[in-house]
Amino acid sequence: MDNDSLEIAGRKFSSRLLLGTGKFRSGQLMAQAIEASGSQIVTVALRRVDINNPRDHIMAHLDPSKYLILPNTSGARNAEEAVRLARLARAAGVSDWVKLEVTPEPRYLLPDPVETLKAAEILVKEGFIVLPYINADPVLARRLADIGTATVMPLGSPIGSNQGIRTKESIAIIIEQSPVPVVVDAGLGAPSHAAEALEMGAAAVLVNTAIAVAGDPPAMALAFKKGVEAGRAAYLAGLGKPLEQAEASSPLAGLPW
Amino acid sequence: METPDQSFFHSLTAMESSGALSEALERITKSTVSDVNNAMERLPVAWPGFLALLSGPAENHLDEIKSLAKNLTAQRFGHTVNLYIPIYLSNACINQCAYCGFNSRMDIRRKTLSLDEVGLEGERLFNEGFRNILLVAGESRKDTPLSLMEQSVRALKEMGFVFVGLEAEPLGEDEYRILGEAGLDGVTVYQETYDREMYARVHKAGPKKDYQWRLGAPERVAKAGIRSVSVGFLLGLGEFCAEAVALAAHVKYLQKRFWQTSVSVSFPRIHQAPAGFELANAVSDTRLIKLISAMRLFNPDVTLTLSTREAPALRDELFGVGINQVSAGSKTSPGAYTVIGSESSAGEQFPVVDERPPHEVAEAIKKAGLEFVWKDWDKNLRPVA
Repeated sequence: MDNDSLEIAGRKFSSRLLLGTGKFRSGQLMAQAIEASGSQIVTVALRRVDINNPRDHIMAHLDPSKYLILPNTSGARNAEEAVRLARLARAAGVSDWVKLEVTPEPRYLLPDPVETLKAAEILVKEGFIVLPYINADPVLARRLADIGTATVMPLGSPIGSNQGIRTKESIAIIIEQSPVPVVVDAGLGAPSHAAEALEMGAAAVLVNTAIAVAGDPPAMALAFKKGVEAGRAAYLAGLGKPLEQAEASSPLAGLPW
Repeated sequence: METPDQSFFHSLTAMESSGALSEALERITKSTVSDVNNAMERLPVAWPGFLALLSGPAENHLDEIKSLAKNLTAQRFGHTVNLYIPIYLSNACINQCAYCGFNSRMDIRRKTLSLDEVGLEGERLFNEGFRNILLVAGESRKDTPLSLMEQSVRALKEMGFVFVGLEAEPLGEDEYRILGEAGLDGVTVYQETYDREMYARVHKAGPKKDYQWRLGAPERVAKAGIRSVSVGFLLGLGEFCAEAVALAAHVKYLQKRFWQTSVSVSFPRIHQAPAGFELANAVSDTRLIKLISAMRLFNPDVTLTLSTREAPALRDELFGVGINQVSAGSKTSPGAYTVIGSESSAGEQFPVVDERPPHEVAEAIKKAGLEFVWKDWDKNLRPVA
């Protein structure tokens, strides 16, 4: 387990839990939650932060020497906007990593596969490390990996919904086929959901709402940390196959009755 | 060319003529405690549940309903409230709206900001930390031509405001498109009242008398590709339940027809109207809270806005209870932030009740366990699709 690190674009991380920074009651609480989660990758919405302001209520709480700041393009409706946001973040010295989000529909914030692929192609060519948020579409996941994205990030269920993994079959196919790490992103509402993703073989998960909106965000962050660790440990240990019938743990075979 | 079923005007007309509107109102009247309990069982509530939450019996469960609305708001928007502030471009107006301080018959000092004055007002608010602006104007093509609106929007965007909205007279689709190209992110158009008879009664003269043109404005905004449109009715004009039902139907219509447009809802309530205007359907605090909560439970993803028309205590109570966007430190007359000479006494549209400065409102938001958000948009997100 000690050598079991998550590797994205040649960079190694001991934590398999990525955190979002929106929705918290305060910057301090967000910082405490991130600390408790053990996360090393935190995503910030470029539309929410004032990247040129060192006193920005989110950025001021994030130590770039401690965390990989992963800017996201939340709010972008098309490839052009997403690309512009990513370039802005890079020009401001935030990062050349980008969580690519293209969500033209403002209510469910479901990702647009066509515009996501288009934006990913441009950004990869420009040297960005691209982590695209997608619907759980195995073919799209392959196409993105083929053009050089660093991960794929299929959604478990609609963002912020806490519904857990409702796209299990498709995510299983993506995990089986993907040459890049699969990060399950969106909809994970409980540590058990995170554990389930890791048990399935996902490389990592990204969580925001479930932690930010919890009664005690740092405690919930710790619970997610444990869920992720348990799920990963179970995956590595090799889970048993579910059977239709009971199978005795103390077999009775060979007894005289 | 629009076919009859392609506008909310026709949709609302059909609701009225088919009896669907009366049926909805009857349902509200007949709702029982059991209907209210059922509504709260399954979120988001469906149409029957929304109607039950507007009913009399719902008032006995108000705390519970508020609590559900608060949880759902947190779930969707987090523990945050967005701040915005209006800049009044002009109080010149050729309409005669019985309830409005800008009524052309009112003897008030009229003032239209020059572009430089827009800049001064903007600069002042930008330095205070605001990044979301609502540009407001009365209706007067002579005083506030499209070119002035366009230049003002452009100037504010260039200044660094990330979201610039407009609340002015309803414009044509092409005009909205021009403003969108200039950087306009959102448009606010309240129908004032969905009740046609009441509409005719309170809009005594001027182009605003055209009910259908106004009702079609949000659709023209969406067709022009502007990202966000805000709708509402003026609480106190029409019969409360009928207005609430029409508003909810309007929001759903816009969401279904324009899937890429972000729809938000405001709840402007008349507290004090010009002398001689009798408020036919004054709305109590309880009813306002009920409507806000019901709207949130019926439509979890819609931004709900509350302005400084409301008193501090009520606003503090409603931060996060459905409401996820508020104005703060507002002045409702042109030039009021920078006190331009003696003209600072230009007539205001309505009296501000919550007069607290922005930092005090921010403190109250903090006290409610929420984070106030100055910026939730980016200039790199294009206003026009």
